[in-house]
Amino acid sequence: MTISAKANAIWAYANPKKFLAASERVLPFFWISSGLCLVVGLTWGFFFTPDDYRQGSTVKIIYLHVPAALLAINTWFMMLVASLIWLIRRHHVSVLAARAAAPVGVVMTVIALVTGAIWGQPMWGTWWAWDPRLTSFLILFLFYLGYIALWEAIENPDAAADLTSVLCLVGSVFAVLSRYAVNFWNQGLHQGASVMRIEAVTGADTQEKVSNVFFFPLLICIVGFVLLFVALVLYRTGTEIRARRFRALLARERAGA
Amino acid sequence: MMPDLGKYAETVLSAYVASLVLLAALVLLSLWRGRRMRVQLNELEDRIRQDG
Repeated sequence: MTISAKANAIWAYANPKKFLAASERVLPFFWISSGLCLVVGLTWGFFFTPDDYRQGSTVKIIYLHVPAALLAINTWFMMLVASLIWLIRRHHVSVLAARAAAPVGVVMTVIALVTGAIWGQPMWGTWWAWDPRLTSFLILFLFYLGYIALWEAIENPDAAADLTSVLCLVGSVFAVLSRYAVNFWNQGLHQGASVMRIEAVTGADTQEKVSNVFFFPLLICIVGFVLLFVALVLYRTGTEIRARRFRALLARERAGA
Repeated sequence: MMPDLGKYAETVLSAYVASLVLLAALVLLSLWRGRRMRVQLNELEDRIRQDG
């Protein structure tokens, strides 16, 4: 199969029936592997890693805070790609996937904000500060709520898909800001990236980074969160496809009665 | 065996409880809504098939 044929093959999943059949085949793998990674990663991190020399046992919050924050931002980017596919190619499955991902993004953002506040209290002496990263995360959370509310507020599904897709484009500014706020503005309490940095890969790294003792269980937790995200989005997209068909059939039945 | 969390025990445990409760609620609500929608759609499709 040529590269262009392979690239075209992905559009087959724009067919709801094909998407449902394929997702039901792969879902058990994602549910089981995400559960395994989360159990192994969290157990390793919570029970078998030492305290940090400065942060004490609060360092164990990293296994929840970092993966949730990573997903809070990247869920929005996944929604952005799906929304663009809808706007350009008008595939219903893609916009329904964006709709299905939004509540997952909300929960990840709430986990990042809550664990950040709980961690910040003993380390910074405050639950909250109007720091660039914290503030952009709060705005991202409000964008998630606005996105979900817009879907619920508009009765015509195609109009709702169009408007929520445009909102998703606008909100992407804050998803980018949430990731790079620390680099854009130096003031603020939140530290810069200490887990995944390009300098660490290129060898030019001179800043402090997370020790391997904490990094490996953290990596397993990140993989677990990503797999859980995929499982949830596949499952929830299936639900959205069925809900769309249910509404269409009900409307046809009422029109015929 | 619970690790010694020292003076931050309450902080660490509250972060874990809050996060795990939120994750569990997300998974359970997604599964509940998915099952309910599947049943409702099957019922509607059966009804339409019977009505011809």
